[in-house]
Amino acid sequence: MVMPSLHIGEIVEYIVYWINDYFGFLLDIFSEFIDVLISGLRDVLMFLPPVAFTVAISLLVYFLTKRKAGLAIGTALGFLLIDSMNLWNLSMETLALVLSSALVVLAIGIPLGILSAKNELIYHIIKPALDFMQTMPSFVYLIPAVIFFGLGNVPGLVATIVFAMPPAIRLTNLGIRQVPVELVEVSDAFGSTPIQKLVKVELPVALPTIMAGVNQCIMLSLSMVVIAAMIGARGLGYQVLVGIQRVNIGQGFEAGLAIVIIAIVLDRLTQSLTPGK
Amino acid sequence: MVEKGLSKQEILEKTKQTVGLYDVNFDVYEGETFVLMGLSGSGKSTLLRCLNRLISPTSGHILVDGDDIAGMNTEELRNIRRNKMTMVFQSFALLPHRTVIDNVAFGLEIQGVSKDERYSHAEEAINTVGLKGYEQSTTSELSGGMQQRVGLARALATDPDVLLMDEAFSALDPLIRAEMQDELVALQNKMKKTIVFVSHDLDEALKLGDRIAIMKDGYIAQIGTPEEILTSPADDYVSEFVAGVDRTKILTAENVMKRPEPVVSINSGLSVAIQLMKKHGISSIFVVDPDKILQGIILIDDVVTALKEKKKISDVLIADFPRVQLDTPLKEIIPVIAEIQFPLPVVEGTGKLRGIIVRGSVLGALAITEVEEYPETSEISTASNTIDENNIKAEEAGQ
Repeated sequence: MVMPSLHIGEIVEYIVYWINDYFGFLLDIFSEFIDVLISGLRDVLMFLPPVAFTVAISLLVYFLTKRKAGLAIGTALGFLLIDSMNLWNLSMETLALVLSSALVVLAIGIPLGILSAKNELIYHIIKPALDFMQTMPSFVYLIPAVIFFGLGNVPGLVATIVFAMPPAIRLTNLGIRQVPVELVEVSDAFGSTPIQKLVKVELPVALPTIMAGVNQCIMLSLSMVVIAAMIGARGLGYQVLVGIQRVNIGQGFEAGLAIVIIAIVLDRLTQSLTPGK
Repeated sequence: MVEKGLSKQEILEKTKQTVGLYDVNFDVYEGETFVLMGLSGSGKSTLLRCLNRLISPTSGHILVDGDDIAGMNTEELRNIRRNKMTMVFQSFALLPHRTVIDNVAFGLEIQGVSKDERYSHAEEAINTVGLKGYEQSTTSELSGGMQQRVGLARALATDPDVLLMDEAFSALDPLIRAEMQDELVALQNKMKKTIVFVSHDLDEALKLGDRIAIMKDGYIAQIGTPEEILTSPADDYVSEFVAGVDRTKILTAENVMKRPEPVVSINSGLSVAIQLMKKHGISSIFVVDPDKILQGIILIDDVVTALKEKKKISDVLIADFPRVQLDTPLKEIIPVIAEIQFPLPVVEGTGKLRGIIVRGSVLGALAITEVEEYPETSEISTASNTIDENNIKAEEAGQ
């Protein structure tokens, strides 16, 4: 028996072009918004000269990690190293992309996570979509992103958002579902409205889990921002890409090292914001 | 399906659903401690949660001051929960991200009370449960007993009429549990809240409860005062349940006393006294004044001698002998009665003679089978509580 050949690829292609043709104006608005977000953040990050920025972020790490001097010193050395490798501007570009992506992901992901924890139907719709988003190779997102948004930072960021969204939704959902039954009963028994229950009981109790989602989302954003360089996202990723194309070990390693430094600092910062640990 | 007379087991097989509660009817009077008592799975916690509709009954009525909670909309229900009924949980259920005072103030915060006001109420509640000085502690720093004090304070802070307590002390170790029980009794004497207390511990139920409902498989096997439950169990299940209880702790002088007859008035002559004693075949008799206040006891030998010497009753009166109050537990009565030669008088607070205890009636009370000897247990307590706080009728089919 010969299986009928299904041309799913063609169908997806058709849908993508159809969306591009008929909803192009919405995509343009979205594109404009993303662009403003990224360049705004970049301008803020580049406002301070490298040394002043290094001091500022080291102090931030010092106080947020409850005065762990070692971590603060490490952060300072790391950022000074980035500057001495002449990768400062590219690093700030990457940082701006990561933070923009994280902001959008959390703004969409946390409410979706809450909804899917509260509503079984939404949960069952979202769950396979998340599985799809997480297991589809991340390079595949780059293609429709290019069709919708052209080349540059914006499609790179959109692909990053899609890639980093699942853990934020999943862990918010998990955190809210894991709130002990008695605590939910407490808020009901004392006459909470659904909003009061969410804000005063469920979110605070779920916060450590939600923060783990925030951490995951930032880490995934960072890794995807590098890949997004393939479709024209600027920053350290582009430097790595050039290093690969020219088989320039030194250039690739330096950019990679800068990414590692940024990753560790962001990871420790988000972890230190998690309460009760 | 329950109404059609099917058993719980049959319904489970047919529908894969368990009957949580059915044919449950009871009243809780204002200011009393009502204990729902039963083993796990008997439906006591489910019943408690029906009272504030954390679980909604499928049919039936739950009346509080005449309003039916079972038929309320969300808004009305919220008001009841905010202002009339609060709950204390077995696992304490404190909010881990809040300090003690913010936990206690939670109910008021939900009501939208201003910060200053809710802190002052919370402060009061914290003092009431004896946690002064711990306001700013986090809950994880506290021991189990202290955590449950916070739970209790939280429930008291909104000044509700009704307290629902779900196995509130079960998670505590025995010493702390006994201490908390004593404190609850003391608090309740001051506050006079209406408390519905769920427990699986019969000793706890007997200690706390003004009345107890014994539950089994989703229905109430018996409702009654601790004395009623102990002395006249409604069925085999209840009697098995109460078999292991130390009855001397529960029964009081009132349960074992006999009518104080005969007595002689202090103004009567000695010959009257002799005649009464002869008629009843007794060797001593209690002397009371016209208001039935106990004056003392006279013995036959003294009276006979005194009569020859033309004396009065007051000359031979023995005023210094033991007496017990109505609510003295049997445990304390036994050693007293073993010492004395004549019956033990039972008096009310003012000294009014209410009854006498002879050794035979103490032994009778300890033997479970001889319950008919003292059928008149504390009927006073039910008669005086005529205000119906809750009038609960919940018939449940399926959870």
